Amino acid sequence: MTHSPIDRAALRTPPGMARRIRGLSDRTIAWIFVAPTIFLLLAVNIFPLIWTIRLSFTNFRVNRPNNAVEWVGLENYRRILSDPDVWNTMQATAHFLIWTIVLQVLIGFTLAYLINKKFRGNDLWTTIIVFPMMLSPAVVGNFWTFLYQPQIGLFNYVVSFFTGIDPASFSMIGDVHLAPWAIVIADTWMWTPFVMLICLAGLRSIPDSIYEAAECDRASKWRQFWTITLPMALPFLMLAVLFRGIENFKMFDLVVQLTGGGPGNLTTLTSIDLKREAFEKWRTGYSSAYAVILFVSVFGLASIYVKALNKVKER
Amino acid sequence: MNSNMMMTAAAGALLASGLSTAAAAEDLTLCWAAWDPANALIELSRDFEAQSGHTMSFEFVPWTSFADRMLNELNSGGQLCDLMIGDSQWIGGGAENGHYVKLNDFFDANGISMDDFIPATVTGYAEWPKNTPNYYALPAFGDVVGWTYRKDWFERPELQAEFMETYGRDLDVPASLAELKDIAEFFQGRDIDGTTVYGAAIYTERGSEGITMGVTNALYNYGFLYENPDQPYDLDGFVNSAGAVEGLEFYKALYDAATPPGSSNWYMGENIDAYRSGQVAMQMNFAFIWPGVEADPNVGGGNSGYFANPPGPAGQFAQLGGQGISVVAYSEKQDAALEYIQWFAQPAVQAKWWELGGYSALSAVVEDPGFATSQPYAQTFLDSMAIVKDFWAEPAYADLLLPMQERVHNYVVAGTGTAQEALDGLVRDWTEVFEDEGKI
Repeated sequence: MTHSPIDRAALRTPPGMARRIRGLSDRTIAWIFVAPTIFLLLAVNIFPLIWTIRLSFTNFRVNRPNNAVEWVGLENYRRILSDPDVWNTMQATAHFLIWTIVLQVLIGFTLAYLINKKFRGNDLWTTIIVFPMMLSPAVVGNFWTFLYQPQIGLFNYVVSFFTGIDPASFSMIGDVHLAPWAIVIADTWMWTPFVMLICLAGLRSIPDSIYEAAECDRASKWRQFWTITLPMALPFLMLAVLFRGIENFKMFDLVVQLTGGGPGNLTTLTSIDLKREAFEKWRTGYSSAYAVILFVSVFGLASIYVKALNKVKER
Repeated sequence: MNSNMMMTAAAGALLASGLSTAAAAEDLTLCWAAWDPANALIELSRDFEAQSGHTMSFEFVPWTSFADRMLNELNSGGQLCDLMIGDSQWIGGGAENGHYVKLNDFFDANGISMDDFIPATVTGYAEWPKNTPNYYALPAFGDVVGWTYRKDWFERPELQAEFMETYGRDLDVPASLAELKDIAEFFQGRDIDGTTVYGAAIYTERGSEGITMGVTNALYNYGFLYENPDQPYDLDGFVNSAGAVEGLEFYKALYDAATPPGSSNWYMGENIDAYRSGQVAMQMNFAFIWPGVEADPNVGGGNSGYFANPPGPAGQFAQLGGQGISVVAYSEKQDAALEYIQWFAQPAVQAKWWELGGYSALSAVVEDPGFATSQPYAQTFLDSMAIVKDFWAEPAYADLLLPMQERVHNYVVAGTGTAQEALDGLVRDWTEVFEDEGKI
């Protein structure tokens, strides 16, 4: 026999409680406890989602309350999907997403692997490494704007020191070839510690006995890494990728502060573009359709990814 | 000064007797951008508080997020602001969407005449539709893009001699945009007192309105027009005329050849910083910065000079800045807010506004015989206000601004495509906006 969540909650309610509240069944009491949460979820998540979907089929503009709202069918979706500028922002987002994840996973896992080794000052180094993620993204954006300054920026001087290139001869945030990498570097600096912490949790969850058994079997360190460390830390690594992927898909503040989406449109990510459509141009219907497209894309990709993650965990 | 103070006191006493009994004491909130003039307004408003019995609160937002924050407030019918000193381009939206109270009856009842204000500021800040006597704001702060230059560098004999040898003319205030570019190139990368300096700081900011407010100073003077003067919203051949293309190419050439490295996203603040720190010989900026330049220990006190945006082949124009003060339609304290406007419009208050660093738009203030010599930049302000042009002030101004930001930044900073392609694209974008608006 199966029970609904409400029934299960009712079954777990102490018998005495129902007796104390006369006239109310255990099931009703359970509903009373659950109802505020359900109501909040409906009000904060479900209703806005349904409302957004509805608006996406209209020409509604929130700054024109006096204009008639017309049903335009799929016109907003057609305009978005056939707009080359939207596809350019998708490409910019994909570039940012892929490279930040690749770099953060590689560097984060390496750092976690090193930090996991017992050495003097281990805790101090961990604290220092996680420091960037404690900062506000807006502060980091501002901070990196100075680091990238050709005349006074430390970044340009470091590059100059190692390559001999004149620091004033290149501008990380003004050059079309360098700007997409400028935002990748800043984000990687900020969020690699987050990936490192998740990986560290994964590495520390591996029992020492497995390594001891491998040592008894005379497995090399390299073999231990590929057959024990990596497979057992993989679910954590994949979780880190999921978190960073979702976070970076909606990246806004750091990039706005750093480049403003420029030069031109090169670092205009979808979240920046969507914000401009929704809250600068006030094309509410159009931007609702844009939001729905992004939601479906992220939700679809995340669902596929979570299924893959579960399969890895089951292995 | 004494007569001014007496006038202020007399006007204050007169107003106090009327205002203090007019309504219950209210706490009014005035919304504006967070910048130097806002501090001057706080100082000025103390007189209003003393005379009226009302108290004033202020909500100041940095320029880069000013439009976002305040338009959000207006569009949501918010009651945060009782008085709004909104940007000039908001006037169309403010009027058509019912955000601002129409002030005609109030002006008539209180003897406030728009004829008393600088005509360009009335058109730019107060009227909607433009050039019709429908007023939704009182001109509050006149502003315009102009240029600041390092007079002390220009006057150095060795630099003057070298400039004369290279260009065959004196190193002086440029008589044209082409001459301005020559001067900027002359200073670019030059070593002055052991520091490498650059030609000019110009507007290149991408995120809000920066590069548009800058590039228009070149576009106007090379022949760019927003529309066919004889047929509204007819854009093709005017926005992308041969002159407009040349103007855009000029701005890119100036950016490429004579601006500091890394100045790809600069607006008012960055230009001020570059100039004050001695990085550049000239800076493009709104006039509101001039009192601060004059007071600066490094570049003020006679080390800086000011000039209006130089002419180009098609004439001499400058981008209008500045704002009008409006009563927000959603305010529940409209009577008290109108009292503030009534007080602010008085000649004595406007005179004090100028003294504190606010650019009064009242003709009586700027036409005073002593005005032009009252500050080193006063004459330049007058010259500049006589040549202003403004961006679209349509209700859809943001829809018009964003594609311009994108197209111009793409060409000037990112170096993508040609000037002709950028402006042709702009015509397409703007045409689509006006079609959506039902204006075409």
